[in-house]
Amino acid sequence: MYRIGVDVGGTNTDAVIMQGRDVVASTKAATSADVTTGVLTALQAVLTQSGVTPDQIGALVIGTTHFTNAVIERRHLAPTAVVRLCLPATQCLPPMVDWPEDLHSIIGDHVYFAAGGFEFDGKEISPLDPEALRKIGSDIREKGLNSIAICSVFAPVNDAMERRAAAILAEACPGADISISAPIGRLGLLERESATILNSALLGLARHTVTALGKALRDADITCPFFLSQNDGTLMDAAQVQMYPVLTFASGPTNSMRGAAFLTGHGDAVVIDVGGTTTDVGLLQHGFPRQAGMAVRIGGVRTNFRMPDLFSIGLGGGSLVAGDAANPRIGPQSVGYEITRKALIFGGETLTASDIAVAAGRATLGDPTRLAGLDPAFVAASLAEIDRLLEDAVDRSRISATPVPVIVVGGGSILVPDRIGALEIVRPPHFAVANAIGAAIAQTSGEVDRVFSLEGLTRDAALDAAEQEARAKAIQAGAIADTIIVTDREDVPLAYLPGNATRIRVKVVGEMRI
Amino acid sequence: MTTLRELTSDDIEAIAIGAAILGTGGGGNPYIGKLRCQQELKKGNRVQIIGLDALDDDAFVVSVGGIGAPVIGIEKIEQGEECLRALRTLEEFYGRKADALIAAEIGGGNAMEPLLTGAQAGIPVVDGDGMGRAFPEMQMTTFSIYGKSSVPAAIADEKGNVVIYREVLNELWFERLARSTVIAMGGAAGSATAPMSGRYAKRAAVPDTYTQALGLGNAVLDANRRHVNPIDLICAREQGVRLMDAKITDLKRHLRGGFAVGEIQLQGVGAYAGETGTIALQNEFLTFSRNGTIEVTVPDLILVLDLDTGHAITTEILRFGQRVAVVGLPSHPLLRTPEALAVVGPAAFGLEGVQFTPLARAGDGNV
Repeated sequence: MYRIGVDVGGTNTDAVIMQGRDVVASTKAATSADVTTGVLTALQAVLTQSGVTPDQIGALVIGTTHFTNAVIERRHLAPTAVVRLCLPATQCLPPMVDWPEDLHSIIGDHVYFAAGGFEFDGKEISPLDPEALRKIGSDIREKGLNSIAICSVFAPVNDAMERRAAAILAEACPGADISISAPIGRLGLLERESATILNSALLGLARHTVTALGKALRDADITCPFFLSQNDGTLMDAAQVQMYPVLTFASGPTNSMRGAAFLTGHGDAVVIDVGGTTTDVGLLQHGFPRQAGMAVRIGGVRTNFRMPDLFSIGLGGGSLVAGDAANPRIGPQSVGYEITRKALIFGGETLTASDIAVAAGRATLGDPTRLAGLDPAFVAASLAEIDRLLEDAVDRSRISATPVPVIVVGGGSILVPDRIGALEIVRPPHFAVANAIGAAIAQTSGEVDRVFSLEGLTRDAALDAAEQEARAKAIQAGAIADTIIVTDREDVPLAYLPGNATRIRVKVVGEMRI
Repeated sequence: MTTLRELTSDDIEAIAIGAAILGTGGGGNPYIGKLRCQQELKKGNRVQIIGLDALDDDAFVVSVGGIGAPVIGIEKIEQGEECLRALRTLEEFYGRKADALIAAEIGGGNAMEPLLTGAQAGIPVVDGDGMGRAFPEMQMTTFSIYGKSSVPAAIADEKGNVVIYREVLNELWFERLARSTVIAMGGAAGSATAPMSGRYAKRAAVPDTYTQALGLGNAVLDANRRHVNPIDLICAREQGVRLMDAKITDLKRHLRGGFAVGEIQLQGVGAYAGETGTIALQNEFLTFSRNGTIEVTVPDLILVLDLDTGHAITTEILRFGQRVAVVGLPSHPLLRTPEALAVVGPAAFGLEGVQFTPLARAGDGNV
């Protein structure tokens, strides 16, 4: 059976067909406003190219920035009621307190504080009040709201109250879209709650997108299951996407990095993805992107869910080059996708980073005779500045002095020298569609992130219990049991807490049952 | 400062940045506290600070702050009036209203709690604190060092429980009793401690530290707006000594007795190329060494700042490869007396044989 991976970017929709570890065919098509048309065009192109028939496809995985863009562009977001289970705690900071005004006004100010929530050790802050929740439910219904986000204090420790509240509100508001916070984020109430609100606001769009995609695929006789890839490089099925669209938010860069790991066989490496305007640099650990430890802003909203830790710089193939030999300046302005018209080597009038790479003999591209007038000292200085920017970005992405290979992907990769500092550069084949390959190879995961008490329990036993729980979650999500490996295991003793309280995070991944 | 000064939302923003810098790596994140202060302003409450010299000698001054584990504070955010309830309980105990509040620790998250409690109570916050920076333990305040007990004290949770401590044998006992109360309350609570006279505050508090945090924060914001180097601006403003521009080349951190303990290795960049540096840490940065020789130690302030933005880099977000500027700020003379050094000097942090050599202000000759 074949697998197809599709990456829907802002400009291009890339698709690959893979058989085992081999890339059978690949293509780039223009991204369409509705996602579906662009995906179908790309699919048809790779099918034609390879001669593979729809019935030979075992799985289709799509990576898309569609839901991220909806938030950034403030489109297709449903007004959402927010129910926080917390009383009497947390009243001083209402939901969305640190949101940008325009986004807040789209979601509305339908905020309810209710009894409930847990302490760090799982004790109740106050018991859930079903009667109060039913009143809140009828108020939400009277307002005509169709989307509800529920967030309980310490839901990552215990999600029982969120689930009960969801059931009560579902009864009070038949047909409403409801999201709870526990499966979405980690400790950090405001960030997790914000992600839950965005998730609920996107549920309508998610349903619409998945339905349209499913119909389009059926119309094209592609009847295999299809999945979307999520932030951590693992996949979710159509039903999960309709519940957790926010978990796709950073799937683009993740897919690039996972594709880079796959193409080179390096599980621990720095990945540089050089585009036309920017370069993203991130670290692979065990074949997965290292995750950000701090809040990541999406459309101006602080969130804390699983996102790759990327360092972005304003350097790309189309970056403008200015200044003089003593002080060359590269970017952050860029000619972007117009590089094929505006760069000197392509007959244009703008000096770009790609021109410098060609003039210095680093790359062969376009018409080098158009660069004859450039001052060699300026070219050398500009090249040195490009190398300095890259070395700096690579350094920042590393977490130790242990040497790791540097994998280069993306269209602007001609800018990158053969060594960065003391590190070796790897340039894989198919580097331009690494993102679609990353989607095609997405795996299934399970994660546990909770405070454990080590009283009467050894650290090893607690870690083991967490791992078993994560494995069970992965298997439930469709992983093949004997392919499951642990990719992340972390325990942080919590200062000031008794009973050896320790926050344990374990993540496992495995191959998807197709 | 001699009169009341009213703080704006922008001032709060700047104080949060400056307080994080004065946290010298620790002290917790002021983000939640900043939002809470700004909420008080939105409600129409006023955040006011008052100079130490403007306090009456017989004014009644109380220290307020959050107490507990920072990880609890980001999840179980306070109901909002925990410190106010603790304060009211102490006021009842004394039969007297507080005239002003004071921070125990200007460095990090606890710079914010007095400001928002003062806004709720309608009283000003003294421009000063008990540390002039951040320290890991409750008894490491100048209030305690110069003889003021933390008790009578009150601790309040979000549910309405308030516990008052009338008498303890010593500060260690208070720490022990307070800790078990806070844990029973769910790991975080509000406290009102160290009630003192205006006379004592003038003698024992590190003065003008809100003004200092505000200045540091504004220097960072200014520099970022004008695209100039924030480190130069910070040093110029606070007579700080730029110790080294460097890249982090190694990082060791582990937990010992509830503290993050470790060491950062630095390699000089730019004008400092060829030099190496080491910073030892225990929640906060303890010592800075250049080429193997210790140059700055606690209680002087060792700031690790993002080389480009000037923002504080706390011990939790230290990363291999980060470009940082290490800046030394001389501690206040109140932290440099023999009594103070016994509690917050190198020996108090287990640095055997390390002598405290006071850092001179930039421009004062020998550095």
